[in-house]
Amino acid sequence: METKRKYSVTEKKSEVISSLKDFGSKIYEQMEKGDFPSITMPSRSTQNIYYDMNLRQFILGDKSVRRSARNIRHVKPFTQLVWVARFSHELTTQRKTSTLRDVYYSAQAYEMTFKDQQESDNIITDLETVLGLSREDFNIFPEERSAVFGDLTIEYTVPGYEGKTLNLTTHPDGVLIGPALTSAEFVNTTADKIIAIEKGGLFTRFIEENVHKKFNALLVLTAGQAPRATRHFIRRLHTELNLPVYIFTDGDPWGMHIAMVIISGSANAAHLRELNTPDAKWSGVWATDIVNYKLPTDPLDEVDIKRLYELQKDPRYKEDPLWQREIKTFLKIRRKAEQEAFSRYGLTYIVDEYLPAKLEETK
Amino acid sequence: MAQATFEEISASDFFYRNRDIAGFTNPSRAIFAAIRELVENSLDAAESQKIPPDIYVRLSFEGEASKDTQIYKLRVEDNGCGIHPRYIPSAFGQVLYGSKYKLKQMRGTFGLGGKMAVLYGQITTHQPAYITSSTGLPKIYSFKLMIDIQRNRPIILDRKVLINKEQWHGTIVEFTLEGDYLRARSKILEYFKQTAMVNPYANLTFVDPKGRLYKFTRATTDMPNPPQETEPHPYGVDVELLQRLIQVTPHKNMLDFLKHHFHRVGDVTAQKFLEFSGLNPSKNPKKLSHEEIVRLMHNLKKFKDFLPPDASCLSPLGEELLKAGISKELKPEYLVVHQRKPATYAGHPFIVELGIAYGGEVPSKGSFTIYRFANRIPLLYDEASDVSFRVISNMNWRRYKVSLDMPIAIVVHICSTKVPYKTVGKEFIADRPEVRREIANALREAARQLQHFLSKREHVDKERKRLGIFAKYLPKIAQFSAALAGKEKLPDIERLLKSVQKYGDEA
Repeated sequence: METKRKYSVTEKKSEVISSLKDFGSKIYEQMEKGDFPSITMPSRSTQNIYYDMNLRQFILGDKSVRRSARNIRHVKPFTQLVWVARFSHELTTQRKTSTLRDVYYSAQAYEMTFKDQQESDNIITDLETVLGLSREDFNIFPEERSAVFGDLTIEYTVPGYEGKTLNLTTHPDGVLIGPALTSAEFVNTTADKIIAIEKGGLFTRFIEENVHKKFNALLVLTAGQAPRATRHFIRRLHTELNLPVYIFTDGDPWGMHIAMVIISGSANAAHLRELNTPDAKWSGVWATDIVNYKLPTDPLDEVDIKRLYELQKDPRYKEDPLWQREIKTFLKIRRKAEQEAFSRYGLTYIVDEYLPAKLEETK
Repeated sequence: MAQATFEEISASDFFYRNRDIAGFTNPSRAIFAAIRELVENSLDAAESQKIPPDIYVRLSFEGEASKDTQIYKLRVEDNGCGIHPRYIPSAFGQVLYGSKYKLKQMRGTFGLGGKMAVLYGQITTHQPAYITSSTGLPKIYSFKLMIDIQRNRPIILDRKVLINKEQWHGTIVEFTLEGDYLRARSKILEYFKQTAMVNPYANLTFVDPKGRLYKFTRATTDMPNPPQETEPHPYGVDVELLQRLIQVTPHKNMLDFLKHHFHRVGDVTAQKFLEFSGLNPSKNPKKLSHEEIVRLMHNLKKFKDFLPPDASCLSPLGEELLKAGISKELKPEYLVVHQRKPATYAGHPFIVELGIAYGGEVPSKGSFTIYRFANRIPLLYDEASDVSFRVISNMNWRRYKVSLDMPIAIVVHICSTKVPYKTVGKEFIADRPEVRREIANALREAARQLQHFLSKREHVDKERKRLGIFAKYLPKIAQFSAALAGKEKLPDIERLLKSVQKYGDEA
């Protein structure tokens, strides 16, 4: 798989449209021949998910499942799958977007009710697996809350904005990482690094403190666990602009895992590629930072500890000794600290002292 | 010192003083009991001649009696055999006079009900009763009478003879009584509905005091064979009955006595029995000492080789008629009926007939609806004490894939020369092991068939659902894939739909 390929949004779109059409034709032809239509796709069961050391992400194994309209239990999900394909085809050809929730409601117009949004989300994941494309490729997005800020000029490709450009410092709250932004082409940037931040409060603080200027960085707010579109966006920034990525999260197992998902992806997206950024770095807050910087802390609770033991066994955490060291430290000190904990040393301490030190340390 | 006085009281007087026994407990029970007794007499009168009964009952408001009770006029007309004019006054004016002292299946047993109703009317309103009847001969006789309670004799106040041009036969009874119709109403209507259920060959019409008409129309004119009178079975006799038989017998020796006065006792059985009990076959029964009679009674019960009573004295409804009755009153989706072979308890033959109705107009209320009948009389009170209720409650319904919340009604009919009522009130049937066993067996058989029906229906439902799913989704797959592929013409799905049909068109 080419990882350093120059990303072309329009090229990708026509590829998506034709694979949706091919999918429809395959089913159409089976029915024309008098056969019950069926499809085969990789199994997403946990037994078929493996960690690939080369790709540094989870992938699906060789096991596959067959869905046939001949099977009474399959015929409904099969129809839903064909409908989602048809709906996605309509979205992509008409260059419109839809949220996951929209998809759930749109189905009702075709008398294709889903039990709940969970069910429609699952079917969308099926279509991703069948086509090897992610839902954002068919213009289906989750509700977005993550944002980006910094000196990057982009060029829109969405209808009505084609050719228009925007500098991402234009708005001081940052720009929402939504369909229009993720489908935009990158024009130019002066930044030489990307800093991803878990929490909105710190993201705002960084903008106020001119971190983007002082450190020549693009700031990305993940708003908790980074949405796929954001992960893909970070990867594009990394591969297309060749910028290193530093991730700052809370100093607890959950924050640590937010960084890990950006770096190595999730098991849920094992059927997809290009969502992870293997070269990204987790820069803090580490458990060892809690000790070294004497941060105000809270005790780890039972759920935190259980999570740490789970992560200890996770293959993604076995790549770099850093992870195992930090897990052990967490388990030893049994404390956690939020990013805001640095306020103890004054509002600018984190920007003046901690951030440069950590960027240097994780370079 | 006060002197105790003893006086003889007449049968009328006895019931006058103890009217609770016959069901005339309170004003609402009384009005229900009066209707019920007269309707049952009318049914018997028609059935004895195999005439499909036409019974018309009218209750009309006459005036207030007290705060809670009113005076009503009750009129019951039937097309039965009618009563010979000579017997009319006694039949309605003398308690314990009647035609029901022989051994065969009858609704009433003592000839008490109709007279009790008239008696009750007289003591509450002091009005005479009007009886009109004809047996189909050229004359119709009409009596106006009251009962002399102390002497248990009818008093004829008036007597008319009319010309019977149309060869009418039947009886019309009309009298006034005190009662509480409002409270009795639901029981009375239930009584008519259930009576219609087990008498599907009868037309029942009821006009209530508000002028509302309730009509229960017959579904058939087929009627069950009327019961034959029989001699008592040896297992069922007591000393008193033996003494009466000895008094009236024309037979001069034990062998003939046994052969002629007992049910299913022939030459061989009689000889075996005499040998068993050590009696001389040529002994004159009239010469038996009191001790010998007692011993005879015990031996009659002990002897194992008497043939079981046959059922000729019974008149079960039969599966077809039971089916017709339940169908017309409950309109179920599915109905199974089962009639057991005759059985006996304590020398009394009986037959259990049972039906299970499912769905349709049968309500589902969290427990089964139980309809109990004895000799074609609905039993409306004390359901929980009845043997049928217990058998139904103790049944392991899960085994038959039946649950209590299903819309199920169970109809149990027991007919016997002597229905084992637990109390004088004749409202529920005692828990005799023989009766219980017969009901349980009938219930199991019917439940098996119900289970069969339910599982078959479930299967058909499932299949229909299955086809429905394909029929719903395949056209959509065709439509969506055609749109995706950019084709105008939809792919043909008829072949696919045909191939998923397992049972052809019926499913």
